[in-house]
Amino acid sequence: MQKITREQLIEKAAALLAGGTVTAVLGWSKGEFDYDVTPAVFHTAEELNKDFVWNDFCGANFSKYLVAKAAKEEGKVLVFLKPCDTYSFNQLLTEHRFDREKVYAVGIPCEGMADIAKIKEICGEGISSIDCGEKIAVTTIYEDEPVMIDAKDVLAERCVNCKSKKHVAYDELMGEEGTVIDSARFDEVAKIEAMTPDERFAFWQNELSRCIRCNACRDACPACTCEKCVFDNPNSGVENKAPANSFEEKMFHIIRAFHVAGRCTDCGECSRVCPQNIPLHLLNRKFIKDMNEFYGEYQAGEEVGTRAPLVNYTTGDIEPGEVFDRRDTDA
Amino acid sequence: MQVKEYKPLIVAFCCNWCSYAGADLAGNNRLNYPADVKIIRVPCSCRVNPMFVLRAFQRGADGVIICGCHPGDCHYTSGNYFTRRRMAALFSMLDYLGIEKERTRVEWVSAAEGAKFAATMNDFASTVAALGENKRLEDLRCKK
Ligand code: SF4
Ligand code: SF4
Ligand code: FES
Repeated sequence: MQKITREQLIEKAAALLAGGTVTAVLGWSKGEFDYDVTPAVFHTAEELNKDFVWNDFCGANFSKYLVAKAAKEEGKVLVFLKPCDTYSFNQLLTEHRFDREKVYAVGIPCEGMADIAKIKEICGEGISSIDCGEKIAVTTIYEDEPVMIDAKDVLAERCVNCKSKKHVAYDELMGEEGTVIDSARFDEVAKIEAMTPDERFAFWQNELSRCIRCNACRDACPACTCEKCVFDNPNSGVENKAPANSFEEKMFHIIRAFHVAGRCTDCGECSRVCPQNIPLHLLNRKFIKDMNEFYGEYQAGEEVGTRAPLVNYTTGDIEPGEVFDRRDTDA
Repeated sequence: MQVKEYKPLIVAFCCNWCSYAGADLAGNNRLNYPADVKIIRVPCSCRVNPMFVLRAFQRGADGVIICGCHPGDCHYTSGNYFTRRRMAALFSMLDYLGIEKERTRVEWVSAAEGAKFAATMNDFASTVAALGENKRLEDLRCKK
């Protein structure tokens, strides 16, 4: 259960709207089902009272929405940011993607978000309603009594391995300041690294062949903000279409992950939005882990204005071939 | 039936200012290196985008090598330092996906190193030949 309540957030937003500090609010609203909460823009207290949602399904990271919204809006935009969202916020500022003056950021605490796939593993399909209280109460069309689930048991992968409860950017903070967490987020990557090349190949073939190239991972990613994307280019042969074979699958995933390498804040949006449950974070974290090992610890978005490892260099950098030599001697 | 001897197709991206001239020198000195090394001249090694490497494999390459000026000698001062970081990241990722790490390489070859160029290509071609055809990053539509 979240520590902060929906009412507190509405009250805060309504007060800022009434006081004229902001003219629009970026928030979550109910989707078709209780669990597919979607981003929305609110302009009045009435709208907020009617549709605003805050519960264990508010995973959406709003930082990227600021690129379009802050440019369009006359006044300031209020944005609610969970700790992990603030890293994306800083990263976008580093890349000059929106005007900081046009945004009023309110940091809100987060207890971790629920993963609907894990909930469905427990109670199956046919979910008619979900109530997030002390426990998550899931009602299905097959049972009269709701199934009570402990939120801790169905946490999203990125929240199990949460890297920080600390807000690195805000104008105002609700609740208490958290701390950076020493998480186990690289453990899975290390496991894959320890496999044989054949096993790795089979593992990724199995994962990536499920991709339907819906582009949701790219669209949701706060690091992917180019207005023109190579994967939309009609001359590329791979524009907006399902991968024709395993080469195209791999190409998409290598290029997507490479393009955000060094800038990816590990916010986890890509894995969250993937309808095929492909563990995209395992690709991103490979790059993060490698760069930490090759060039020193770096967390994208921790501060505004830092230089990402791939747009930086030192004269004594490791050679591409040495990367493997080192790994072989380690093993 | 006659079995054709397998010869790997190698794509070598060579920067205009050092490695391409190095290849030229190798030719002038009549040094042998496999004819299946296809050289693509690029203005600087850092012109090579990860997509180029993948496309080369797609179109039938069995190995891809990137050659540039020695670190510190890049015609554009720092291009090859970026190449070095990018390719370290990219090759490590390819390895992570289970693609043979011996199929990719970066080598620094100056304009005066014709012999090094030929030796590098011979060595790389035999390493790749030992692996056989590129199956893991192939695109059957591009195969003849
Ligand atoms: S969201 Fe998933 S299915 Fe869609 S393009 Fe990305 S990896 Fe593929
Ligand atoms: S690649 Fe995924 S984890 Fe990284 S910034 Fe983009 S959405 Fe977030
Ligand atoms: S010009 Fe040769 S590497 Fe840059």
